[in-house]
Amino acid sequence: MKTRLLAATAVAALAQAGAASAQSNELTLCWAAWDPANALVELSKDFETQSGIKMNFEFVPWPNFADRMLNELNSGGQLCDLLIGDSQWIGGGAENGHYLKLNEFFDANGISMDDFAPATVYAYSTWPKGTPNYYALPAMGDANGWFYRKDWFARPEIQADFKAKYGRDLAEPKTQQELLEIAQFFQGREIDGQKVYGASIFTERGSEGITMGATSSLYAFGFKYENTPGKYDMEGAVNSADAVAGLEFYKELYKTATPPGYDNAYMEQSLDAFKSGQVAMAMNWFAFFPGLYADPNTGGDKIDFFVNPGQKVQASTLGGQGISVVNYSDNIDGALQYIKWFAQPDVQKKWWSMGGYSCHKAVLDDPGFAASAPFAGDFLQAMAGVQDFWQEPAYASLLLAMQERLHNYVVADQGTAQEALDGLIKDWTEVFEDEGKL
Amino acid sequence: MPNPIEAAASATPRAVARRIRGLSDRTIAWLFVAPTIFLLLAINIFPLIWTVRLSFTNFAANKPNAEVKWVGLRNYIRILTDDGIWANMQTTAHFLLWTLFFQVVLGFTLAWLINRKFKGNDLLTTLIVLPMMLSPAVVGNFWTFLYQPQIGLVNYVVEVVTGTPASSFSMLGPGGLAKWSIVIVDTWMWTPFVMLICLAGLRSIPDYIYEAAEVDRASKWRQFWTLTVPMVLPFLMLAVLFRGIENFKMFDMVVLLTGGGPGNETLLASIDLKREAFEKWRTGYSSAYAIILFVTVFGLASIYVKALNKVKER
Repeated sequence: MKTRLLAATAVAALAQAGAASAQSNELTLCWAAWDPANALVELSKDFETQSGIKMNFEFVPWPNFADRMLNELNSGGQLCDLLIGDSQWIGGGAENGHYLKLNEFFDANGISMDDFAPATVYAYSTWPKGTPNYYALPAMGDANGWFYRKDWFARPEIQADFKAKYGRDLAEPKTQQELLEIAQFFQGREIDGQKVYGASIFTERGSEGITMGATSSLYAFGFKYENTPGKYDMEGAVNSADAVAGLEFYKELYKTATPPGYDNAYMEQSLDAFKSGQVAMAMNWFAFFPGLYADPNTGGDKIDFFVNPGQKVQASTLGGQGISVVNYSDNIDGALQYIKWFAQPDVQKKWWSMGGYSCHKAVLDDPGFAASAPFAGDFLQAMAGVQDFWQEPAYASLLLAMQERLHNYVVADQGTAQEALDGLIKDWTEVFEDEGKL
Repeated sequence: MPNPIEAAASATPRAVARRIRGLSDRTIAWLFVAPTIFLLLAINIFPLIWTVRLSFTNFAANKPNAEVKWVGLRNYIRILTDDGIWANMQTTAHFLLWTLFFQVVLGFTLAWLINRKFKGNDLLTTLIVLPMMLSPAVVGNFWTFLYQPQIGLVNYVVEVVTGTPASSFSMLGPGGLAKWSIVIVDTWMWTPFVMLICLAGLRSIPDYIYEAAEVDRASKWRQFWTLTVPMVLPFLMLAVLFRGIENFKMFDMVVLLTGGGPGNETLLASIDLKREAFEKWRTGYSSAYAIILFVTVFGLASIYVKALNKVKER
């Protein structure tokens, strides 16, 4: 009996040891489910070969990504060893202890943040903002940009009509006003027997859609979050005359130049509207541009891209993410090994070639980069002028307030732009008071 | 044939039998009930008490290390003086009252029609109850397509019938139709449920009562109002209770259809509560919000159950 008991105990111990060892040889990387994530799966095969660590992936569709991942972090979950989290999460990730601080690791392994584009380091890695405290490695540069039907723009009859109406050639817009005029020009026009519309823009209510869309106009018109960075003095910045003009502009764009029923649209709907030949122009994240260019129906020589046009300011809404090590991981060493591998210039070059947007200077400063893809030059230009939403730990409350105020004004026709932005200051003030920052 | 009680007694292990021999019936009853009571306390009562406690604090579940401060009635005062929350309550009341109204009228009418004997009755009943067998997520998604202005069936039908261009209006967009669109979808999905309960009520009325009414030369109209309606009423009220509680906490279908929009036009209290609790992580505040909703639904349901009992006693 004793022998049997001993044998059983030994088997159980061996099984447990085996499980633990298997666990330390695996990593789970969490991200949103979209085109670049598929590219990362392919890229990570090199890491698996080199390290012997098996990579698992947990990709969540964008509309549920924040909910799912923030719940995971807040509950101290061990699902993710590595997380490519949205830039706005960095404050909460750092302050609430979800992300591992990477300074010592970077120093010990010769990883320098000077090797990455400054805007991406600032946006994706640092907390408090701009300080040399790093909680992520810039992984995926991104911004909100535009694409359009180059083949429609090139048609002589359309060119002639446009010139007759606006007195200039139909070309990529250089200002927000030009963008609006082009979108209105195409609205309701018949092309190849099909009624088409001006532009597909972001109007989604539930997560972050309308905020990401409207800020593309707001930033260009001169909207600011604070008068003095870090002081939370929003009066006169958030509701400035320029900000009001920017919001009124976005509403006009929505009301006069988008397809019918376009009242709750985000990334997918924008892509669908363009790919189905409904719209002349569309806004979306640069991350989708490689896939759009490769589309057999509306890609190739039928499509071209442009950076978000300025009005008073040349600015684009920031997207993109850094890659962080989750503090609750039981394989932090393996996760750091992945970061070290991913930071290498050769890996970053391959990342760009596969459809990921590298933030490494070895890629971006390469003389051939701008010509390496039809949207590469626009990407560089966009990243030079990106602006991001609040990255505060309370970003979710701040974002939901903006979603509500903007959707109420732009889509549901409630109140004025001035009232919407005044109300937004009231909401944000309440959040910052609750946070003890005001 | 052996006596089952004796068989059970003989099957009880001696050690157990010896231990329970001295226990009273009441003690044994408590022994059996105790696990259920324990589970109820652990799963329902304790969380409720804990939520009440949290509602008086500034606790945020995403900041486990932050100091938790006692804020007294501040959360309750904030909620009850917030115009936005009252607007959400009105939206919830609009959704609740109109869905109940349409489901009762249509459900009872369908039950009354289907209660007659005709060929294909069973098949028709099965077809009618199909919508309630679908997942709310599926229903939300495919009605989004049906309501789509350019390709949706609803706008197309409106254009054919009234001549209004299909792409000139949006059932889920601005213009005031969204509130009614969610009522239509819920009515489509849950009217069969009310119909089934009414059908059970109608079939429970014995034929001889109608035969007696016929003998007394009561008209069909009078039979309907003095026999059918009063006898089905307790069933109907039960259906209203079930649907009322369900629709008060409606979430999934409306989120999929409108996400609470346009603006806040279809932002039901339950959707708002979820955002406060699990997106903004204002746990203390949302606990107070949840308690207010709980008291509201519990109070209304209690009054309603009393009325239901009175109707049953008649």
